Amino acid sequence: MPTLVYTESALQARDAVHDEILPAGKGWLHPIRAGQYFRILDLEGNQAVDTLFFNAADAGDRYDAINTIRAQGNIFLTTGTRLISSEGNVLLTITADTCGRHDTLGGACSAESNTVRYALEKRHMHSCRDSFLLQMAHSREGLTKRDLASNINFFMNVPVTPKGELTFADGVSAPGKYVEMRADMDVLCLISNCPQLNNPCNAYNPTPIRLLIWDPPAAG
Amino acid sequence: MAEDLILNETLRGGAMWSWTLKRGTALRLTATEAGANVSALFLNADAPLERYNMPDTLKAQFIAYLTQGNVLYSDMGRVLCSIIEDACGWHDTLCGATDARLTEAKYGATSYQRQRNEMNRNGRDNFLIELGKYGLGRRDLPVPVNFFSKVVVDDDGNLKFQAGNARAGMAVELRAEMNVLVVLSNTPHPLDPSGSYAPPPVRVQIRRVPAPGADDPCRRFRAENARGFLNTESLFR
Repeated sequence: MPTLVYTESALQARDAVHDEILPAGKGWLHPIRAGQYFRILDLEGNQAVDTLFFNAADAGDRYDAINTIRAQGNIFLTTGTRLISSEGNVLLTITADTCGRHDTLGGACSAESNTVRYALEKRHMHSCRDSFLLQMAHSREGLTKRDLASNINFFMNVPVTPKGELTFADGVSAPGKYVEMRADMDVLCLISNCPQLNNPCNAYNPTPIRLLIWDPPAAG
Repeated sequence: MAEDLILNETLRGGAMWSWTLKRGTALRLTATEAGANVSALFLNADAPLERYNMPDTLKAQFIAYLTQGNVLYSDMGRVLCSIIEDACGWHDTLCGATDARLTEAKYGATSYQRQRNEMNRNGRDNFLIELGKYGLGRRDLPVPVNFFSKVVVDDDGNLKFQAGNARAGMAVELRAEMNVLVVLSNTPHPLDPSGSYAPPPVRVQIRRVPAPGADDPCRRFRAENARGFLNTESLFR
């Protein structure tokens, strides 16, 4: 197992301008303005947080998993990773990470992929795709399924072996671990706090997360 | 065999191409020289909101690359295409296509004004032009597959381009399991370290093929694929 690097943030929860608990199985669509800091905190450990970002001024310019891993030459997201859009813009930069690595290859669960991966009878189970679509249906920006691209799975560990096997490894997260990022432009954040019960991405027990936003530090 | 051939063309370096690949036909790509790379998109031609899903393809088969026996999944739990033959052994799923910015940074600026049709084309613009012919745009772009190219991931997660994966004459053949809109861009792999823009020509052939039976190797690759085929075949009953 390679060494993971942990980076702490100096920001205090009491100074946050937004602080909310998002239960498992819920979606969240929220703006984050340029310069603001955004933290996702894994309250109980090993929770997968499926996340997409959009350029707030142009939703057709969206988080691009491929551009992001190609730009840094590495498949894992951690401190220093620039989250790159489909048009090549930097949406956000990860500035602190006490988990050490996050996945962007594993995508989001859906009713349809559950029928393939587990059993045809699993179609009824709640999924990230459903949470995404419900948030999109209510979005003022008119987001639809067309805008669903490959997402980030914060706190998930999906290594690829040198032989090219995709593996779902034990979680590297734990209660209280967090990832924090600075918005480099005005963005929209779309989250599904993953309800998957069929695989160990949530340790078979989906749990709440805490979402915090801080305004940019005062100049000077 | 020959009478089953529907199409037989050559894609020159830099070329874009699209085709509605009907269920029951197969697309065969042949590298005419070493160093080939074809970036490719796959969408359901009958309802293009359903499209290739890279994560679902990799997760269902526990793979990070594509070769013979693998299938390409849509986001609806169905199989777009099956890889029924592959001499190459590895096709990249992780690195996407070039865009204008990357192509200019790597190979220098070209323009139609100066280079005419020898200007350096890039994958993203090629895709957007071809998709536009079907009323589709950048919001509809799935993750591309890079045929003939190999990129491995080391234990620390670093991406490493492996030169020499495809040799002249190597072919890969994809059987359509639904009516599939295929878009191809014969442009260099984005991690190819070569500094000269010289994508070799690639032969494109389409032929009629038999429907996959109960013992089809792609269907039997994993239990997941058997369910993927069931989901797909119920569309055409």
